[in-house]
Amino acid sequence: MSKEPVAVIGIGQTKHVAARRDVSIAGLVREAARRALDDAELTWADIDAVVIGKAPDFFEGVMMPELYLADALGAVGKPMLRVHTAGSVGGSTALVAANLVAARVHGTVLTLAFEKQSESNAMWGLSLPIPFQQPLLAGAGGFFAPHVRAYMRRSGAPDTVGSLVAYKDRRNALKNPYAHLHEHDITLEKVQASPMLWDPIRYSETCPSSDGACAMVLTDRAGAARAPRPPAWMLGGAMRSEPTLFAGKDAVSPQAGKDCAADVYRQAGIADPRRDIDAVEMYVPFSWYEPMWLENLGFAAEGEGWKLTESGVTELDGDLPVNMSGGVLSTNPIGASGMIRFAEAALQVRGQAGEHQVERARRVLGHAYGGGSQFFSMWLVGAEPPTS
Amino acid sequence: MPEVLKAPLTVEFPFTRSLSPVQSAFLTGLRERVVLGVRTTDGRTLVPPVEYDPVTAEEIRDLVEVAPTGTVTTWAWNHAPRRGQPLDTPFAWALVRLDGADTALLHALDAPGPDAVHTGMRVRVRWAEERTGTITDIACFEPYDGDPAEPAGHTGQFEDPVTGIVAPARLDYTYSPGRAQTAYINALAERRNVGERCPSCRKVYVPPRGACPTCGVATSEQVEVGPHGTVTTFCIVNIKAKNLDIDVPYVYAHIALDGADLALHGRIGGIPYDQVRMGLRVEPVWTEGARYPDHYRPTGEPDADYDTYRELL
Repeated sequence: MSKEPVAVIGIGQTKHVAARRDVSIAGLVREAARRALDDAELTWADIDAVVIGKAPDFFEGVMMPELYLADALGAVGKPMLRVHTAGSVGGSTALVAANLVAARVHGTVLTLAFEKQSESNAMWGLSLPIPFQQPLLAGAGGFFAPHVRAYMRRSGAPDTVGSLVAYKDRRNALKNPYAHLHEHDITLEKVQASPMLWDPIRYSETCPSSDGACAMVLTDRAGAARAPRPPAWMLGGAMRSEPTLFAGKDAVSPQAGKDCAADVYRQAGIADPRRDIDAVEMYVPFSWYEPMWLENLGFAAEGEGWKLTESGVTELDGDLPVNMSGGVLSTNPIGASGMIRFAEAALQVRGQAGEHQVERARRVLGHAYGGGSQFFSMWLVGAEPPTS
Repeated sequence: MPEVLKAPLTVEFPFTRSLSPVQSAFLTGLRERVVLGVRTTDGRTLVPPVEYDPVTAEEIRDLVEVAPTGTVTTWAWNHAPRRGQPLDTPFAWALVRLDGADTALLHALDAPGPDAVHTGMRVRVRWAEERTGTITDIACFEPYDGDPAEPAGHTGQFEDPVTGIVAPARLDYTYSPGRAQTAYINALAERRNVGERCPSCRKVYVPPRGACPTCGVATSEQVEVGPHGTVTTFCIVNIKAKNLDIDVPYVYAHIALDGADLALHGRIGGIPYDQVRMGLRVEPVWTEGARYPDHYRPTGEPDADYDTYRELL
């Protein structure tokens, strides 16, 4: 028996900001969930199960927050699962929810991811003073910057590529009412003049710290037939992981990322992703990760990804738009960031992305990664249901 | 086998919490010696109050005052109070259903001993002398044999409401790095870098983990590597980290010690930061009493060829 097709029929997110002091964590997740239900024109009673994700508990210091959030998400009397895969968690959470529908365990599932970064300090949560260990000599950007330098050495990319990505993503964010950063006076010169924090990464090429939540309602074929608005159909979805550090690890283009993408393309019958996929919403916390992931995901040959960026292919009106929402560079509630990517892909194929809508977006990839390039999760969604 | 290292690890942080209107009214009420509950759709009164109806999931905001007197519904004796608990002498953890409420609140009950506590006993709130809008504004409960108190019918509207709290958290661990890292750390004390080789893929891990992350087999064969190595990639740090006493800019690098199959991390010194490059040959510089090299400096050898370290970035 084949899998049940999975449809996205409701999407909701909060307006992402630096600090939502007007709501509790419960109020934050509630807002996104309510909007997703409203989009699907459903009530709490229509939901069979809830799958929730967030980054490490240390980020807000609430151990197992899913227990306390059950009331806010209408989960009483229903199965509720928590997923945890570091920065990729928003994507993994959506996939666990999708698999429950695909396996016909549940008909309609609410999935949600969140982070309220203002209640703590993620950098602190990631750098606990472990005895006997040498402290990390650099912040989060310092952890990633050497990998960016390795990419530049390997590809011969010019120094300016990172600033082009940041300039594009921040302009895309201006068209997305939910994005955190709305820098109306952004210019390429300003990006290139921003302070060099962890050379080769500049301040304007890093992601902000945000409070926000994102929710989706996933359902089966029958649920999709009743939906008031066009659904997005899942054409393929996969997760892969590998150790953070091991001999032979390619931090620039991790094998787990390649394998994950290949699995998604196989499920969706994608022979040539560059030709067959219309847009990509990928997890780019530092600007240079756009060309790196373009190669890792098979949109460009090794060492060639930066050419797509430099030639304007990844602009909103380019041939392969990347990060139409403004991306992680403009919005980063860590636990929710992966789901925002997945949701943006679905918004695009539903034709509901508003000002940042890509014309004729029929197949769009959503991508997330986390944990020092350790966890990968991706889905490909389409405007048409899967044929097989 | 030498003794495995152990050390205390304390993790603490003052987490902040933004409050919902319901939580804000509840905590502000405690500051004003008023206990508030919330009415559910089916007419029950929940204390402490919640934002969403546990049955219907609807938002609930109908605040009602309950009495500061109540009944113990169950309890457990705490023989040895720990840091941060409401009382520093032995007490009962009790669930107390306040008069007018349908659910019970968890708090401390001050009683002379477990024989003085029973389910069904009557208790009342003992207010803290200084109250700021936190759950500890209730210092604890105490035995009470008077009549139920009459709530005044407060609506939950207050001047100057509490909108946020700080919730300090602290966890105390005993940390051990395990056998393999203990051996590595002990060798470092003699300024030697000793890793372990995987019996299956033959890769040398420094620091060793006691198992190969790709083959999943235990490692035990010790291999000394370095002391020289190659800078495989790096960044220039221009922002000062709060917990590090290092002047910026400085270079943070991945360094592949000769004979190791994985790069480790270190700072590069003894050379202007803007002259550090991939392939630079370096050696450790130790300071007296330090567990790790203070930094690495150029050896003066010719740069390593890219192909010799391209797998070690």
